[in-house]
Amino acid sequence: MGSNLDLIFKIAGVGILAAVLNSILKHAGKEEQGHLVTLAGLAIVFMWVIQLLANLFDQVKSVFKLF
Amino acid sequence: MQIVAIGLIATVLIVVVKSQRPELAVLLSVAAGVVLFLLVLGKIGSIIDVIKDLAERAGISMFYLGTILKIIGIAYIAEFGAQICRDAGEGAVATKIEFAAKILIMVLAVPIVVAVFQLLLKLVS
Repeated sequence: MGSNLDLIFKIAGVGILAAVLNSILKHAGKEEQGHLVTLAGLAIVFMWVIQLLANLFDQVKSVFKLF
Repeated sequence: MQIVAIGLIATVLIVVVKSQRPELAVLLSVAAGVVLFLLVLGKIGSIIDVIKDLAERAGISMFYLGTILKIIGIAYIAEFGAQICRDAGEGAVATKIEFAAKILIMVLAVPIVVAVFQLLLKLVS
C-alpha cells in the first residue's frame, strides 16, 4: 500500500518537475528541449502507470476468476 | 479513513499538475483510481469466498456463480476504463468501451438464458 501511495507522489513530482523545467527552458530560449523534457516525463509516468494497471488487471482476474 | 485521505491527496495533486501538464494529470488520476481499487480488492475477495461457501451449501451450481462473478469483473473493468476516457474528454471512446463490455456480458449470459429456456420447454411439454 505504501509503495502505491508513493507512486502517486512520484507522478505528481515528475509532473511539477517537468512543468518547472519546461518554463525554465522556455525562458532560456530552448523550446525543443522543453518539449523533450515533457515527452520524457510522460514516458516515465506512462511506464509506471502501465505496470500498475497490469497489476490491477491481474488481481481482478484472480479475484473474479476471469478467463 | 485511508481511502478518503488518499483520494483527497490525489485530488489536490491532480489539480496542481493539471494547470501545467494536463496529460500527466490524466495518468495521475488513473494511478489514484488503481490504488484505491487495489485497497478494496482484497476485501472483495473475502466477500466472494463467503458467497461461494453459501452457494455450495445451498447446492447452487458453481457454473452460475462463476458466470456472475465474471460479469461483475467485466462490468467493473469496463466502467473503470470508460470513466477514465470520459475524464480525459473522450466521450466517444468511453461509449465504445461500454458497448463492448455489454456485448461480452451478453455472450457470458447466453448459457444461462439457454438453461432457462430448456427448463421452460421441459415444463411446457
